[in-house]
Amino acid sequence: MTDTTLPRWTRDQMAARVAQDIADGSVVNLGIGLPTLIANHLPEGREVILQSENGIIGMGPAPAAGEEDFDLTNAGKQPVTLLPGGSYFHHADSFAMMRGGHLDICVLGAFQVSAHGDLANWHTGAEGAIPAVGGAMDLAIGAKRTFVMMEHLTKAGESKLVESCTYPLTGLACVSRVYTDLAVIDVGPRGAVVVDMAEGLGFDQLQAVTAIPLAR
Amino acid sequence: MIDKIVESAAAAVADVRDGATVMIGGFGTAGLPDELIAALLDQGARDLVVVNNNAGNGDTGLAALLGAGRVRKIICSFPRQVDSWHFDRLYREGKIELELVPQGNLAERIRAAGAGIGAFFTPTGYGTILAEGKETREIGGRMQVLEYAIHADVALIKAERGDRWGNLTYRKTVRNFGPIMAMAATCTIATVHEVVELGALDPEAVVTQGLFVQRVVPIVRTATRGAGFKAA
Repeated sequence: MTDTTLPRWTRDQMAARVAQDIADGSVVNLGIGLPTLIANHLPEGREVILQSENGIIGMGPAPAAGEEDFDLTNAGKQPVTLLPGGSYFHHADSFAMMRGGHLDICVLGAFQVSAHGDLANWHTGAEGAIPAVGGAMDLAIGAKRTFVMMEHLTKAGESKLVESCTYPLTGLACVSRVYTDLAVIDVGPRGAVVVDMAEGLGFDQLQAVTAIPLAR
Repeated sequence: MIDKIVESAAAAVADVRDGATVMIGGFGTAGLPDELIAALLDQGARDLVVVNNNAGNGDTGLAALLGAGRVRKIICSFPRQVDSWHFDRLYREGKIELELVPQGNLAERIRAAGAGIGAFFTPTGYGTILAEGKETREIGGRMQVLEYAIHADVALIKAERGDRWGNLTYRKTVRNFGPIMAMAATCTIATVHEVVELGALDPEAVVTQGLFVQRVVPIVRTATRGAGFKAA
Protein backbone atom coordinates (compact mmCIF):
# COMPACT_ATOMS: atom_id res chain seq x y z
CA MET A 1 0.00 0.00 0.00
CA THR A 2 0.98 3.63 -0.41
CA ASP A 3 3.40 4.77 2.24
CA THR A 4 1.51 7.74 3.64
CA THR A 5 4.35 8.64 5.97
CA LEU A 6 6.59 10.02 3.21
CA PRO A 7 6.78 13.82 3.00
CA ARG A 8 4.98 14.77 -0.19
CA TRP A 9 3.60 17.70 -2.15
CA THR A 10 -0.13 18.32 -2.38
CA ARG A 11 -1.72 18.49 -5.82
CA ASP A 12 -1.66 22.26 -5.69
CA GLN A 13 2.00 22.24 -4.64
CA MET A 14 2.75 19.90 -7.55
CA ALA A 15 0.94 22.25 -9.92
CA ALA A 16 2.85 25.23 -8.50
CA ARG A 17 6.14 23.34 -8.95
CA VAL A 18 5.37 22.70 -12.64
CA ALA A 19 4.26 26.31 -13.10
CA GLN A 20 7.64 27.45 -11.75
CA ASP A 21 9.30 25.82 -14.81
CA ILE A 22 7.05 27.47 -17.40
CA ALA A 23 8.88 30.53 -18.68
CA ASP A 24 7.30 33.88 -19.48
CA GLY A 25 6.03 33.87 -23.05
CA SER A 26 5.57 30.10 -23.33
CA VAL A 27 2.77 28.55 -25.38
CA VAL A 28 1.50 25.59 -23.40
CA ASN A 29 -1.08 22.81 -23.64
CA LEU A 30 -2.28 21.45 -20.31
CA GLY A 31 -3.72 17.94 -20.48
CA ILE A 32 -6.99 16.83 -18.92
CA GLY A 33 -6.87 15.98 -15.20
CA LEU A 34 -4.07 17.01 -12.84
CA PRO A 35 -2.29 19.31 -15.34
CA THR A 36 -5.31 21.63 -15.58
CA LEU A 37 -4.49 22.76 -12.01
CA ILE A 38 -1.29 24.38 -13.29
CA ALA A 39 -3.23 27.29 -14.79
CA ASN A 40 -4.18 28.38 -11.25
CA HIS A 41 -0.54 28.58 -10.17
CA LEU A 42 1.24 30.51 -12.91
CA PRO A 43 3.34 33.13 -11.10
CA GLU A 44 2.12 36.71 -11.17
CA GLY A 45 3.52 38.72 -14.06
CA ARG A 46 4.32 35.70 -16.21
CA GLU A 47 2.44 35.76 -19.50
CA VAL A 48 1.72 32.20 -20.65
CA ILE A 49 -0.53 31.37 -23.60
CA LEU A 50 -2.70 28.28 -23.23
CA GLN A 51 -3.67 26.22 -26.27
CA SER A 52 -6.62 23.83 -26.23
CA GLU A 53 -6.79 20.97 -28.75
CA ASN A 54 -10.37 21.76 -29.77
CA GLY A 55 -9.33 25.03 -31.35
CA ILE A 56 -8.42 27.74 -28.85
CA ILE A 57 -5.27 29.73 -28.37
CA GLY A 58 -5.31 32.22 -25.52
CA MET A 59 -7.68 30.18 -23.41
CA GLY A 60 -8.88 31.82 -20.21
CA PRO A 61 -10.32 30.45 -16.97
CA ALA A 62 -13.77 28.99 -16.38
CA PRO A 63 -16.56 31.57 -16.66
CA ALA A 64 -18.49 32.81 -13.65
CA ALA A 65 -21.49 30.73 -12.65
CA GLY A 66 -24.38 31.49 -14.98
CA GLU A 67 -22.04 32.72 -17.75
CA GLU A 68 -21.31 29.26 -19.20
CA ASP A 69 -21.40 29.03 -23.00
CA PHE A 70 -21.12 25.44 -24.23
CA ASP A 71 -20.02 26.71 -27.64
CA LEU A 72 -16.76 27.62 -25.86
CA THR A 73 -15.34 24.59 -24.11
CA ASN A 74 -11.94 23.05 -23.40
CA ALA A 75 -10.47 19.63 -24.19
CA GLY A 76 -12.40 18.23 -21.23
CA LYS A 77 -15.60 19.72 -22.74
CA GLN A 78 -16.02 22.10 -19.82
CA PRO A 79 -16.89 25.76 -20.37
CA VAL A 80 -13.96 28.19 -20.54
CA THR A 81 -13.31 31.76 -21.71
CA LEU A 82 -11.12 33.45 -24.30
CA LEU A 83 -8.53 36.05 -23.31
CA PRO A 84 -7.91 39.25 -25.30
CA GLY A 85 -5.55 38.28 -28.14
CA GLY A 86 -6.93 34.77 -28.25
CA SER A 87 -8.54 33.16 -31.28
CA TYR A 88 -10.24 30.04 -32.66
CA PHE A 89 -9.17 27.62 -35.38
CA HIS A 90 -10.15 24.24 -36.83
CA HIS A 91 -8.86 20.87 -35.75
CA ALA A 92 -6.28 20.35 -38.49
CA ASP A 93 -4.65 23.67 -37.58
CA SER A 94 -4.83 22.78 -33.89
CA PHE A 95 -2.92 19.56 -34.37
CA ALA A 96 -0.52 21.23 -36.79
CA MET A 97 0.38 23.49 -33.87
CA MET A 98 1.27 20.39 -31.86
CA ARG A 99 2.81 18.11 -34.47
CA GLY A 100 4.59 21.01 -36.08
CA GLY A 101 6.48 21.74 -32.88
CA HIS A 102 4.92 25.15 -32.30
CA LEU A 103 4.01 24.52 -28.66
CA ASP A 104 6.76 25.08 -26.12
CA ILE A 105 5.45 22.77 -23.44
CA CYS A 106 2.78 20.15 -23.09
CA VAL A 107 1.92 18.74 -19.65
CA LEU A 108 0.16 15.38 -19.54
CA GLY A 109 -1.05 12.97 -16.90
CA ALA A 110 0.28 9.41 -17.03
CA PHE A 111 -0.18 5.82 -15.89
CA GLN A 112 3.51 5.04 -16.41
CA VAL A 113 6.70 6.71 -17.61
CA SER A 114 9.90 4.82 -18.39
CA ALA A 115 13.42 5.91 -17.53
CA HIS A 116 13.92 6.75 -21.20
CA GLY A 117 10.80 8.87 -21.42
CA ASP A 118 8.35 6.40 -22.95
CA LEU A 119 4.81 7.37 -21.99
CA ALA A 120 1.71 5.27 -21.25
CA ASN A 121 -1.32 7.39 -20.45
CA TRP A 122 -4.29 6.43 -22.60
CA HIS A 123 -5.31 2.84 -22.03
CA THR A 124 -4.85 0.23 -19.35
CA GLY A 125 -5.33 -2.52 -21.91
CA ALA A 126 -7.59 -4.25 -19.37
CA GLU A 127 -10.08 -6.83 -20.63
CA GLY A 128 -13.36 -5.10 -21.54
CA ALA A 129 -11.93 -1.57 -21.24
CA ILE A 130 -13.13 0.71 -24.04
CA PRO A 131 -10.09 2.39 -25.59
CA ALA A 132 -10.13 6.17 -26.08
CA VAL A 133 -7.02 8.06 -27.14
CA GLY A 134 -8.14 11.61 -27.95
CA GLY A 135 -5.20 13.91 -28.56
CA ALA A 136 -2.79 12.12 -26.21
CA MET A 137 -0.53 10.63 -28.89
CA ASP A 138 -0.30 13.88 -30.85
CA LEU A 139 0.39 15.92 -27.73
CA ALA A 140 3.01 13.50 -26.45
CA ILE A 141 5.25 13.76 -29.51
CA GLY A 142 4.47 17.28 -30.64
CA ALA A 143 5.55 19.91 -28.16
CA LYS A 144 9.16 21.06 -27.84
CA ARG A 145 9.10 19.63 -24.31
CA THR A 146 6.64 17.13 -22.87
CA PHE A 147 6.21 17.11 -19.10
CA VAL A 148 4.29 14.55 -17.10
CA MET A 149 2.46 15.37 -13.88
CA MET A 150 1.36 12.30 -11.93
CA GLU A 151 1.28 10.66 -8.51
CA HIS A 152 4.57 8.88 -7.86
CA LEU A 153 2.82 5.65 -6.86
CA THR A 154 -0.32 3.84 -7.93
CA LYS A 155 -3.12 3.38 -5.42
CA ALA A 156 -1.62 -0.07 -4.77
CA GLY A 157 1.72 1.56 -3.96
CA GLU A 158 3.56 0.57 -7.14
CA SER A 159 6.05 2.91 -8.78
CA LYS A 160 4.66 4.66 -11.87
CA LEU A 161 8.22 5.28 -13.02
CA VAL A 162 9.14 1.97 -14.62
CA GLU A 163 11.97 0.31 -16.52
CA SER A 164 9.62 -0.22 -19.46
CA CYS A 165 5.91 0.50 -19.69
CA THR A 166 3.56 -2.46 -19.27
CA TYR A 167 0.48 -0.48 -20.32
CA PRO A 168 -0.03 0.31 -24.03
CA LEU A 169 2.31 3.10 -25.13
CA THR A 170 1.25 6.62 -26.04
CA GLY A 171 4.64 7.62 -27.42
CA LEU A 172 8.28 6.54 -27.43
CA ALA A 173 10.99 8.61 -25.72
CA CYS A 174 8.79 11.70 -25.66
CA VAL A 175 8.74 12.73 -21.98
CA SER A 176 11.59 14.92 -20.74
CA ARG A 177 10.54 15.67 -17.15
CA VAL A 178 8.21 14.09 -14.59
CA TYR A 179 6.59 15.97 -11.70
CA THR A 180 5.24 13.71 -8.97
CA ASP A 181 4.02 14.30 -5.44
CA LEU A 182 7.48 13.24 -4.24
CA ALA A 183 9.98 14.64 -6.73
CA VAL A 184 10.86 16.28 -10.03
CA ILE A 185 12.79 13.83 -12.19
CA ASP A 186 14.32 14.26 -15.64
CA VAL A 187 14.04 11.22 -17.90
CA GLY A 188 15.64 10.51 -21.24
CA PRO A 189 18.65 8.89 -22.91
CA ARG A 190 20.74 9.29 -19.74
CA GLY A 191 18.11 7.68 -17.54
CA ALA A 192 16.39 9.24 -14.55
CA VAL A 193 17.96 12.19 -12.75
CA VAL A 194 16.42 13.79 -9.67
CA VAL A 195 16.03 17.56 -10.02
CA ASP A 196 14.04 18.34 -6.89
CA MET A 197 12.39 16.51 -3.99
CA ALA A 198 9.52 17.28 -1.61
CA GLU A 199 10.79 19.08 1.49
CA GLY A 200 11.98 16.60 4.10
CA LEU A 201 12.18 13.62 1.72
CA GLY A 202 15.52 11.81 1.60
CA PHE A 203 17.06 10.53 -1.64
CA ASP A 204 17.20 6.98 -0.26
CA GLN A 205 13.52 7.15 0.68
CA LEU A 206 12.70 8.29 -2.86
CA GLN A 207 14.81 5.55 -4.43
CA ALA A 208 13.17 2.94 -2.19
CA VAL A 209 9.74 3.62 -3.70
CA THR A 210 10.95 4.10 -7.29
CA ALA A 211 11.33 1.12 -9.64
CA ILE A 212 14.16 2.60 -11.71
CA PRO A 213 17.64 3.69 -10.64
CA LEU A 214 17.79 7.39 -9.86
CA ALA A 215 20.83 9.62 -10.24
CA ARG A 216 21.40 12.93 -8.52
CA MET B 1 -28.62 31.41 -59.89
CA ILE B 2 -26.90 29.54 -57.13
CA ASP B 3 -29.04 28.97 -54.08
CA LYS B 4 -27.92 26.36 -51.56
CA ILE B 5 -30.44 27.29 -48.91
CA VAL B 6 -32.65 24.33 -47.99
CA GLU B 7 -35.55 25.17 -45.74
CA SER B 8 -35.69 21.99 -43.67
CA ALA B 9 -33.22 19.54 -42.19
CA ALA B 10 -35.44 16.71 -43.42
CA ALA B 11 -35.17 17.87 -47.03
CA ALA B 12 -31.42 18.36 -46.66
CA VAL B 13 -30.75 14.76 -45.58
CA ALA B 14 -33.45 13.08 -47.70
CA ASP B 15 -31.00 11.45 -50.13
CA VAL B 16 -28.51 9.98 -47.64
CA ARG B 17 -28.18 6.32 -48.67
CA ASP B 18 -27.88 3.20 -46.54
CA GLY B 19 -24.20 2.38 -46.07
CA ALA B 20 -23.07 5.98 -46.52
CA THR B 21 -20.00 7.36 -44.78
CA VAL B 22 -21.22 10.35 -42.80
CA MET B 23 -18.88 12.84 -41.16
CA ILE B 24 -20.48 14.63 -38.24
CA GLY B 25 -18.86 17.76 -36.87
CA GLY B 26 -18.49 18.49 -33.19
CA PHE B 27 -16.27 17.96 -30.19
CA GLY B 28 -18.63 16.56 -27.59
CA THR B 29 -21.72 18.73 -28.02
CA ALA B 30 -19.92 21.88 -29.23
CA GLY B 31 -20.50 21.92 -32.97
CA LEU B 32 -22.67 18.82 -33.03
CA PRO B 33 -25.44 19.47 -35.59
CA ASP B 34 -28.28 18.05 -33.51
CA GLU B 35 -31.05 19.04 -35.95
CA LEU B 36 -29.38 17.29 -38.90
CA ILE B 37 -28.75 14.15 -36.86
CA ALA B 38 -32.37 14.09 -35.71
CA ALA B 39 -33.48 14.44 -39.33
CA LEU B 40 -31.16 11.60 -40.39
CA LEU B 41 -32.62 9.45 -37.63
CA ASP B 42 -36.15 10.16 -38.95
CA GLN B 43 -35.01 9.57 -42.53
CA GLY B 44 -34.05 6.01 -41.64
CA ALA B 45 -30.69 5.48 -43.39
CA ARG B 46 -28.84 2.56 -41.82
CA ASP B 47 -25.60 0.65 -41.95
CA LEU B 48 -23.83 4.00 -41.73
CA VAL B 49 -20.14 4.64 -41.16
CA VAL B 50 -19.87 7.69 -38.93
CA VAL B 51 -16.80 9.87 -38.48
CA ASN B 52 -16.89 12.08 -35.37
CA ASN B 53 -14.41 12.90 -32.63
CA ASN B 54 -16.52 11.13 -30.00
CA ALA B 55 -19.27 8.53 -29.89
CA GLY B 56 -22.24 10.43 -28.53
CA ASN B 57 -23.25 11.97 -25.22
CA GLY B 58 -26.41 11.19 -23.28
CA ASP B 59 -29.50 10.12 -25.21
CA THR B 60 -29.77 12.72 -27.97
CA GLY B 61 -27.82 13.73 -31.07
CA LEU B 62 -25.19 11.23 -32.20
CA ALA B 63 -25.97 9.03 -29.18
CA ALA B 64 -29.56 8.63 -30.41
CA LEU B 65 -28.37 7.63 -33.90
CA LEU B 66 -26.08 5.01 -32.37
CA GLY B 67 -28.76 3.87 -29.94
CA ALA B 68 -31.19 3.29 -32.81
CA GLY B 69 -28.74 0.85 -34.36
CA ARG B 70 -28.15 2.88 -37.51
CA VAL B 71 -24.38 2.92 -37.34
CA ARG B 72 -22.28 -0.05 -38.45
CA LYS B 73 -18.91 1.52 -37.75
CA ILE B 74 -17.58 4.61 -36.04
CA ILE B 75 -14.23 6.25 -36.74
CA CYS B 76 -13.31 8.47 -33.79
CA SER B 77 -10.62 9.41 -31.29
CA PHE B 78 -12.45 9.41 -27.97
CA PRO B 79 -15.54 7.19 -27.69
CA ARG B 80 -15.46 6.54 -23.96
CA GLN B 81 -16.97 9.33 -21.88
CA VAL B 82 -18.99 9.48 -18.68
CA ASP B 83 -22.21 9.72 -20.72
CA SER B 84 -21.45 7.50 -23.76
CA TRP B 85 -23.65 4.64 -22.55
CA HIS B 86 -25.24 3.93 -25.95
CA PHE B 87 -21.86 3.44 -27.59
CA ASP B 88 -20.52 1.51 -24.61
CA ARG B 89 -23.40 -0.98 -24.77
CA LEU B 90 -23.12 -1.48 -28.56
CA TYR B 91 -19.37 -1.92 -28.33
CA ARG B 92 -19.59 -4.45 -25.51
CA GLU B 93 -22.28 -6.38 -27.40
CA GLY B 94 -20.11 -6.41 -30.53
CA LYS B 95 -22.76 -4.48 -32.47
CA ILE B 96 -20.55 -1.63 -33.64
CA GLU B 97 -17.12 -1.57 -35.21
CA LEU B 98 -14.66 0.96 -33.77
CA GLU B 99 -11.72 2.44 -35.67
CA LEU B 100 -9.83 4.36 -33.02
CA VAL B 101 -7.64 7.13 -34.43
CA PRO B 102 -5.43 9.63 -32.58
CA GLN B 103 -7.25 12.95 -32.77
CA GLY B 104 -4.61 14.76 -34.81
CA ASN B 105 -4.38 11.86 -37.26
CA LEU B 106 -8.16 11.91 -37.55
CA ALA B 107 -8.14 15.63 -38.32
CA GLU B 108 -5.29 15.35 -40.82
CA ARG B 109 -6.79 12.29 -42.56
CA ILE B 110 -9.97 14.31 -43.06
CA ARG B 111 -8.02 17.37 -44.20
CA ALA B 112 -5.98 15.22 -46.59
CA ALA B 113 -9.14 13.90 -48.25
CA GLY B 114 -10.36 17.43 -48.78
CA ALA B 115 -7.00 18.52 -50.11
CA GLY B 116 -6.64 15.65 -52.58
CA ILE B 117 -3.83 13.94 -50.71
CA GLY B 118 -4.03 10.15 -50.65
CA ALA B 119 -1.98 9.51 -47.55
CA PHE B 120 0.78 11.04 -45.44
CA PHE B 121 3.49 10.07 -43.00
CA THR B 122 3.15 11.29 -39.41
CA PRO B 123 5.15 10.65 -36.24
CA THR B 124 1.95 10.45 -34.15
CA GLY B 125 1.27 6.94 -32.93
CA TYR B 126 4.57 5.42 -34.01
CA GLY B 127 5.47 2.48 -31.77
CA THR B 128 1.93 2.19 -30.35
CA ILE B 129 -0.81 -0.39 -30.88
CA LEU B 130 -2.72 2.14 -33.01
CA ALA B 131 0.05 1.95 -35.61
CA GLU B 132 0.23 -1.84 -35.68
CA GLY B 133 0.33 -3.24 -39.21
CA LYS B 134 0.82 0.18 -40.76
CA GLU B 135 3.68 1.08 -43.08
CA THR B 136 6.45 3.06 -41.38
CA ARG B 137 9.40 4.99 -42.69
CA GLU B 138 12.23 7.06 -41.22
CA ILE B 139 11.92 10.60 -42.51
CA GLY B 140 14.14 13.41 -41.30
CA GLY B 141 15.61 11.16 -38.62
CA ARG B 142 12.22 10.38 -37.16
CA MET B 143 10.07 7.27 -37.47
CA GLN B 144 6.70 7.98 -39.06
CA VAL B 145 3.50 6.07 -39.82
CA LEU B 146 1.56 6.05 -43.10
CA GLU B 147 -2.02 7.23 -42.62
CA TYR B 148 -4.65 7.33 -45.38
CA ALA B 149 -7.19 10.04 -46.18
CA ILE B 150 -10.80 9.61 -45.01
CA HIS B 151 -13.42 10.62 -47.57
CA ALA B 152 -17.13 10.87 -46.84
CA ASP B 153 -20.32 10.80 -48.84
CA VAL B 154 -21.95 13.34 -46.56
CA ALA B 155 -20.77 15.81 -43.92
CA LEU B 156 -23.20 17.21 -41.36
CA ILE B 157 -21.76 20.32 -39.72
CA LYS B 158 -22.85 23.24 -37.60
CA ALA B 159 -21.96 26.80 -38.55
CA GLU B 160 -23.12 30.25 -37.46
CA ARG B 161 -23.87 32.40 -40.49
CA GLY B 162 -24.12 31.46 -44.14
CA ASP B 163 -25.17 32.81 -47.52
CA ARG B 164 -26.74 31.28 -50.63
CA TRP B 165 -23.31 30.44 -52.07
CA GLY B 166 -22.60 28.31 -48.99
CA ASN B 167 -19.98 30.58 -47.45
CA LEU B 168 -19.80 29.96 -43.70
CA THR B 169 -18.60 31.47 -40.47
CA TYR B 170 -18.57 29.66 -37.13
CA ARG B 171 -19.00 30.53 -33.48
CA LYS B 172 -16.19 29.93 -30.96
CA THR B 173 -15.14 26.28 -30.54
CA VAL B 174 -18.10 25.09 -32.60
CA ARG B 175 -15.67 25.39 -35.54
CA ASN B 176 -13.58 22.31 -34.56
CA PHE B 177 -13.98 19.69 -37.35
CA GLY B 178 -16.48 21.67 -39.47
CA PRO B 179 -14.16 23.31 -42.01
CA ILE B 180 -12.14 20.15 -42.77
CA MET B 181 -15.18 17.85 -42.92
CA ALA B 182 -16.79 20.29 -45.35
CA MET B 183 -13.77 19.78 -47.62
CA ALA B 184 -13.72 15.97 -47.31
CA ALA B 185 -17.32 15.12 -48.17
CA THR B 186 -19.07 14.84 -51.53
CA CYS B 187 -22.15 16.54 -50.07
CA THR B 188 -21.72 18.92 -47.13
CA ILE B 189 -24.81 20.03 -45.26
CA ALA B 190 -24.36 22.91 -42.82
CA THR B 191 -26.79 24.37 -40.35
CA VAL B 192 -26.60 28.11 -39.71
CA HIS B 193 -28.33 30.36 -37.23
CA GLU B 194 -28.57 33.17 -39.73
CA VAL B 195 -28.79 33.31 -43.52
CA VAL B 196 -27.36 36.56 -44.84
CA GLU B 197 -27.28 38.28 -48.23
CA LEU B 198 -24.32 37.67 -50.52
CA GLY B 199 -21.62 40.13 -49.57
CA ALA B 200 -22.79 40.50 -45.99
CA LEU B 201 -20.13 38.13 -44.64
CA ASP B 202 -16.78 39.89 -44.28
CA PRO B 203 -14.67 38.33 -47.08
CA GLU B 204 -11.66 38.45 -44.76
CA ALA B 205 -13.56 36.39 -42.18
CA VAL B 206 -15.25 33.67 -44.26
CA VAL B 207 -13.89 30.41 -42.82
CA THR B 208 -15.43 27.86 -45.19
CA GLN B 209 -15.78 28.87 -48.83
CA GLY B 210 -19.05 28.05 -50.52
CA LEU B 211 -17.57 25.56 -52.97
CA PHE B 212 -17.08 23.15 -50.05
CA VAL B 213 -20.75 23.35 -49.09
CA GLN B 214 -23.75 21.93 -50.97
CA ARG B 215 -26.68 22.70 -48.64
CA VAL B 216 -27.30 25.35 -45.98
CA VAL B 217 -30.13 24.84 -43.51
CA PRO B 218 -31.28 27.72 -41.31
CA ILE B 219 -32.18 26.62 -37.77
CA VAL B 220 -33.30 28.50 -34.69
CA ARG B 221 -30.56 28.84 -32.10
CA THR B 222 -30.93 26.82 -28.94
CA ALA B 223 -28.32 26.90 -26.20
CA THR B 224 -25.74 24.13 -26.64
CA ARG B 225 -26.12 21.55 -23.89
CA GLY B 226 -23.09 20.69 -21.76
CA ALA B 227 -22.05 17.03 -21.79
CA GLY B 228 -19.11 14.69 -21.73
CA PHE B 229 -17.70 15.53 -18.31
CA LYS B 230 -18.42 14.87 -14.67
CA ALA B 231 -20.08 17.82 -12.99
CA ALA B 232 -17.90 19.15 -10.17
